[in-house]
Amino acid sequence: MSYSILGPIAEGGRKLPLCLFRVPAGFPSPAADHIEAHISLDEVLNVRAPHVYLVSLTGESMQGAGIFEGDLAVVDRSIEPAHGHIVIALLNNDPVCKRLCIRGKDVILLSENPKYPPRYVLEGDELSIWGVVTNSVRSHV
Amino acid sequence: MSKVPPVFGLIDCNSFYASCERVFRPDLAKVPIVVLSNNDGCVIARSYDAKPFVKMGEPYFQIKHKLKQHGIVPFSSNYALYGDMSERVMTLIESLVPAVEVYSIDEAFADLTGIDDLDGLGRRIRSQVLRCTGIPVGVGIARTKTLAKLANHTAKRLQAQTGGVVNICDQIKRDWVLRNTDVAEVWGVGRRMKMHLDAMGIKTAMDLAKADAWTLRKHFSVVIEKTARELAGTPCLELDEPDPPKQEICCSRMFGKRLKELPPIKEAVAAYMMRASEKLRAQKSLCKKIRVSIRTGMFNPEEAKYANGVVVDLPYPTDDVRLLTKAAVDALDGIFRPGFAYSKAEVLLLSLCQPGEYTDDLFAASQPTEATRVMAVLDQINGRWGRGTLRSASVPSCPDWAMRRELMSQSYTTRLDQLWTVVCR
Repeated sequence: MSYSILGPIAEGGRKLPLCLFRVPAGFPSPAADHIEAHISLDEVLNVRAPHVYLVSLTGESMQGAGIFEGDLAVVDRSIEPAHGHIVIALLNNDPVCKRLCIRGKDVILLSENPKYPPRYVLEGDELSIWGVVTNSVRSHV
Repeated sequence: MSKVPPVFGLIDCNSFYASCERVFRPDLAKVPIVVLSNNDGCVIARSYDAKPFVKMGEPYFQIKHKLKQHGIVPFSSNYALYGDMSERVMTLIESLVPAVEVYSIDEAFADLTGIDDLDGLGRRIRSQVLRCTGIPVGVGIARTKTLAKLANHTAKRLQAQTGGVVNICDQIKRDWVLRNTDVAEVWGVGRRMKMHLDAMGIKTAMDLAKADAWTLRKHFSVVIEKTARELAGTPCLELDEPDPPKQEICCSRMFGKRLKELPPIKEAVAAYMMRASEKLRAQKSLCKKIRVSIRTGMFNPEEAKYANGVVVDLPYPTDDVRLLTKAAVDALDGIFRPGFAYSKAEVLLLSLCQPGEYTDDLFAASQPTEATRVMAVLDQINGRWGRGTLRSASVPSCPDWAMRRELMSQSYTTRLDQLWTVVCR
């Protein structure tokens, strides 16, 4: 006699939702044929990509851009930084979150709060862009 | 039928552990760094600029003064960080080449057969990985794996001249590298072998490439013969497929201090079982047997020595940490002897099988589906909120027997409460 035991079906595919719905014995759900893939914030924010990092932000200099104390920044290191991007920059190896402004030959790190003046990158300063902030996440509770 | 000759790449992260620490500590970009082994025992990694001052394996307590004197910053090993950064590096490499064999946490072989612009690809790998992770890598490219290793070594040695990418598919370049590399630097040539080869007049990699293969086999082994053939340009090693599921899973660690009582040893064994069963479920296996062992220190002549282990058969093949922990902890009662200072425990999961494979007795008990579901939820929770969020009640959150890791950096990439913080000012 030979028999085979079937393995688990969910193997390797999309993860099943954590909550399992009871299957009704009576009338089948009219929505059953219309269930689509679940929405994933991981995918929207691309946080599973090898070049994307989460960084916690504090301070008030970027409030005008909607970035507040305690917000999470989604930082993409694969994007070529350009004028207008909000970036995590290393200015003389000191990390800062600013808006990158390139005006002709001038490179300026702008804050989004009138209390904080623009910081011109001068000769002798060492500037490198750690990554570009693509999204920020704020909790309202 | 003509076949395209194979080309291999070896991509290797420069001072990987130290480089990982620097990604989130830009202030240390120009500060030398060393990383210490488990329990902050000895130096296991050094940044490039720490190498002149510190030797590999130097005990931390002996060099504390020297580190301070040279401004070298020590770190406990942060494997959560290194593992995550390694995964990022490997994923990026995989996206750039046809096939990859991850060789270790900081090295990967790549199949580059049939690619036209090898140098260009090498430079692209290097710049992409550096930009996306902050980790500098070297790339060696050659006709065999052993030569690719050697090319990589050259890239590292002559960083400034090569830009970190060395392609020695060309015979003239290959010969130059072979002539200018000590045989001790060849992949697989240890210190012992170096002495033997030295006695035979084999000093450089070129000497080994030209050595008579049969003599090598007769004197030493087929391994060194293969090495010589590979150096001469004949591929003997292929890109390895990913490992099949392991047949045994082990979790063994030193305690942070000597333990004399049974209860803390039970806690430690429960913690190790927690980890071992995670590995078991990650490779989707079940286990039928476990082995638990404990021992005292082995090298201190003042201490009484004792070591013992016990094998436990489980009622059915399982991956349920609750059953595994109970079996392991109960088994300790049988081997624990009072009056010794224990330094280490180990749990080993044995007789692994895949679910559906254990069909020797159709009517034998099997793991209740309930347990499988509980384990899936456990892994999901710990996957999302970090290892150890949900654990058996026998595992304390901050045990005093845990490894000493007093100089550990944050888990910047794997714990939401330990992310890198940047100040907007």
